[in-house]
Amino acid sequence: MAQLKESPSQTAGPYVHIGCTPGHAGLGGSDLGASMKTGPVQGQEIAVCGTITDGADDPLTDALVEIWQADANGVYPGTTGADPNFTGWGRKPTDEVTGEFRFDTVKPGLVPYPDGRLQAPHVTVWIVARGINLGLHTRLYFADEQEANGTDPILSSIADESRRATLLALPDGPDRYRFDIRLQGADETVFFDM
Amino acid sequence: MTDTPHESYPRRDRDWHPPALSLPYKSSRLRSPNSRPLHFLTTLSEETGPVFGHDVLNPLDHDLIQNFAKPGEAAIGPRIIVHGKVQDEFARPVAGALIEIWQANAAGRYRHKREGYIAPLDPNFGGCGRVITDDRGAYEFQTVQPGPYPWPNGPNDWRPAHIHFSLFGSSFAQRLITQMYFEGDPLIWRCPIVGAIPSGEAVERLIAPLDMERTIPMDARAYRFDITLRGREQTLFENRSEGL
Ligand SMILES: [Fe+2]
Repeated sequence: MAQLKESPSQTAGPYVHIGCTPGHAGLGGSDLGASMKTGPVQGQEIAVCGTITDGADDPLTDALVEIWQADANGVYPGTTGADPNFTGWGRKPTDEVTGEFRFDTVKPGLVPYPDGRLQAPHVTVWIVARGINLGLHTRLYFADEQEANGTDPILSSIADESRRATLLALPDGPDRYRFDIRLQGADETVFFDM
Repeated sequence: MTDTPHESYPRRDRDWHPPALSLPYKSSRLRSPNSRPLHFLTTLSEETGPVFGHDVLNPLDHDLIQNFAKPGEAAIGPRIIVHGKVQDEFARPVAGALIEIWQANAAGRYRHKREGYIAPLDPNFGGCGRVITDDRGAYEFQTVQPGPYPWPNGPNDWRPAHIHFSLFGSSFAQRLITQMYFEGDPLIWRCPIVGAIPSGEAVERLIAPLDMERTIPMDARAYRFDITLRGREQTLFENRSEGL
């Protein structure tokens, strides 16, 4: 049993960009996570774009999105055998007018699950913003990976099958995917507590 | 099938953290998911995360009094040191944790294009910094004490003086953003954002006490702010699929 309680979360607030993307906020310097590639990378290079919409269907123009993923071979950066030119971690503010975010990354490979099965290619997504009291965790899967998705231990265990589609990034032109996140409503994105 | 020993992160206590929806905090109304988040045991995807070396730090990242100031000048306001340790739920120090901080200036004004408060900008204050914890999980930075500020929520809401903290431990499961408050601030208990935290005991964890021991005489007061991130422990991973 844990001996201590985690520090309670508080919202990132409307000025999160000052601290997390100071370059974007006009304070100078380069922003951590702005680029996920430090040289030529292995595998398929892709762009993932999307918006985060609230309960009134308005895009969040003040949010911060982070992603974390394995490389094209399914190896997490920092572990043995990982692509040395791929960081696996990206951080982007949503556009202040359109609310759009964009990550230039690679399509991840299959990743081991603790019981020995494999997880379908996926990206861990984390969202903070004004009005979000505890950072929201979700996952992006790829709609064109039907076979792997069908046996993914997490995706296939979501009891309400109709909600699984909220985690699928849709092909949107060559090497481009669209992943729109909805915080509320009929097609509210599945968020995770893990 | 047999159960597999696995180091995972015990589930977050969601009755301890503020709930997604807290009606007095108006911004949460349209930004809180209606469905409860679905639980699964952490996997490699949550048990790994980016690692930051000291190469990401600029020489003055730990000094908000100087890091935006013109040569020979300094940010205006009460000089303070903020220090503490980052540990996990099992009281193990978290070394190498990246801490990013941002705050308003001493007048309560942020350097941000959407900021509308009439209080003045300080030309020598940017309001952001970064530090990395040492082998014992300790960190320290210096800054000016931020001012409280009004914000559009209720008819007359004021944020208590605070510093925003973003924390990276060693895995994405530990990712946390929170705020540090100052001992004795009467606005803490009137704030709807603080009030979203269910218990006073949890709120107390975000209130940094004045630390006279670390105060530098004739220079700066010190505040101590210890942070706890989630911790990992050995569990048995049941080899069966479970509905979420
Ligand atoms: Fe703030």
